[in-house]
Amino acid sequence: MLIMNDIAKVYRTDTVETHALRQFSLRVGEGEFVSVTGPSGSGKTTFLNIAGLLEEYSSGTYELDGKDVSGLNDSERSRLRNEKIGFIFQSFNLIPELDVFDNVDVPLRYRGFDSAERKKRIDRVLDVVGLGSRPKHLPSQLSGGQQQRVAIARALAGEPRFLLADEPTGNLDSNMAESVMDLLTEINDQGTTIIMVTHEPSLAERAQRNIHVRDGQVYQGEPAIQIAAQTA
Amino acid sequence: MFRYYLKLGLFSIKKNPILSALMVAAIAVGIGACMTVINVDYVMSGNPIPHRSDILYHVQVDSWSPNDPYEDPDLPPEQVTYLDGYALWSAGEARRQVLSYKTGRVIEPEGEGERPFQLESRATTADFFAMFDTPFLYGGGWDASADINEEYVAVIGREINEQVFGGEDSVGRSLVMNGQPYRVTGVLERWEPMPKFYDINNGPFEAVEGVFFPFSVAITNEMGSYGNTSCWKSAEGGWAGRLASECIWMQLWVELHGETEKQDYLTFLNAYAESQKAIGRFDRPVNNRLNNVMEWMDDREVVAEDVNVLLGLAVLFLIVCLLNTIGLLLAKVARKTGDISLRRALGASRHAIFSQYIVEAGIIGIAGGILGVGMTWLGLQGIKGLYGELDFIARLVAMDWPIIFMAIGLAIFSALAAALYPTWRACGVHPASQLKAL
Repeated sequence: MLIMNDIAKVYRTDTVETHALRQFSLRVGEGEFVSVTGPSGSGKTTFLNIAGLLEEYSSGTYELDGKDVSGLNDSERSRLRNEKIGFIFQSFNLIPELDVFDNVDVPLRYRGFDSAERKKRIDRVLDVVGLGSRPKHLPSQLSGGQQQRVAIARALAGEPRFLLADEPTGNLDSNMAESVMDLLTEINDQGTTIIMVTHEPSLAERAQRNIHVRDGQVYQGEPAIQIAAQTA
Repeated sequence: MFRYYLKLGLFSIKKNPILSALMVAAIAVGIGACMTVINVDYVMSGNPIPHRSDILYHVQVDSWSPNDPYEDPDLPPEQVTYLDGYALWSAGEARRQVLSYKTGRVIEPEGEGERPFQLESRATTADFFAMFDTPFLYGGGWDASADINEEYVAVIGREINEQVFGGEDSVGRSLVMNGQPYRVTGVLERWEPMPKFYDINNGPFEAVEGVFFPFSVAITNEMGSYGNTSCWKSAEGGWAGRLASECIWMQLWVELHGETEKQDYLTFLNAYAESQKAIGRFDRPVNNRLNNVMEWMDDREVVAEDVNVLLGLAVLFLIVCLLNTIGLLLAKVARKTGDISLRRALGASRHAIFSQYIVEAGIIGIAGGILGVGMTWLGLQGIKGLYGELDFIARLVAMDWPIIFMAIGLAIFSALAAALYPTWRACGVHPASQLKAL
């Protein structure tokens, strides 16, 4: 369960104050697949960063899987992020000099698993994403779709409760995008909560629920998917 | 995790070979310059007899001119006259005492066709070997009775033993010097105290003499000094006049255990000085001194002031090299912000990022240290090239294991110190800052 109440995020410089989120409230239940849509600059990525404990918020309350995250220090936030959250990025964010196996291994290393446990998990998630035969390939030797599958495997390896995806198909052609969405749906069917930011109304429709963000707030007006279609 | 960080460090170095090579080179050059001077300083200022240096005392009595001190500010002579040396040695007030001076002999090898050669030697008393803990390959020193009975006995160095006796156990055999056979009582193992503390006024970095024989034999045979001699009034009347003169040319060392023995001996020295005043000598105020080995070397400034200045300059040079390394590391961190940001997002704490980059800096430090050892060797060879094949230069520029380990240790420490600020910057990379831009 992810619960945000009246979250505000203000970026300040010497001369400018930007309100990226204001009175942002959201509740995402166990096993939900939620899409987040909204125009550029509306606060979608800021929301995702706060949800993923990558950024701190200015005010409000945030509870992740029953734990109030306010006041956690860097180590505690890092541990929580590592254990509870998996990230999928638009540009895959694989480490180019590491092969597929070692890329998936990164979050597991920080988790402190022994090598046998890490290998077991990596083999399993690579099989899940269909790359079990390519552990020694470098990212540059894979297609965009395959790279995103590696990123998904990396996000899944730690068996997180939440998968946060920021435009996961943004850099893929429609066939690859479809295949990645199928994979995400399959993962969600197995119980992982997914929050996906997207510009694509067709992809947003595949989620169980859509929320629309406008001017840093969850928009309460027209049905979200319809608004997303108008703004896309 | 250490092995993981090691792997990441090696990956990173492989990925940025030029930047990494520049950092290694900057550290190596700094270490090389610094360690070259440190090596010279280390050899010059090392304790030549660490296990006994605090119980061996160099004796000074002020027998100098009533008009001027031997050396400003009011320092007593650094050597003793025969009169004072022999009297103080004969008194036997210390646990052990050694009176010696540097002289020379002509060695006449046994074999047919072997040519005689001249050799620096030392006339000394029996306690020399026990007091200075000289290592023996064969046999040992002579007894005190040999001093009294003026026996023709000798202790020879390993090289002379090889040269004259083919390296065999020569104890009991005769070594002919200036036509006189001496019975060999012992052969020294390689012994190279650095500095040569027992006679630093005749060259603290000179080689140890090749042969030692009784002081009494040298005096009876009128063997002149091959070392420095200073007189405040001229010596007249041949050898007897030399012995009766106020010229200083001998070194007196005593072994004293603890402060009480030292104070007692000083009291004895002062009483001796008063007794000499009573017979018309020692016109200066009583000014007798006892310095242990390290105090004596410090007093004589064995480590030249120039070396200390050079050492300071070398350290400054190392700091400049490290500042360059800091700049290069900052450039590297700037290029790695995306990687850091991603790792932070995937669960790396600041501490984990810090460890990763410190290990990488450590690898660079080790590489810089190993290359720095090579640079140090080159630096020392440069000194050797500048000053030639002098024996004491060869000894100054010799590298030993402590210096090699110190070079690598200093390089690692320097690299870690240089990495602190860039690593701190790396830890400060915000987890979300670069994820969109990657």
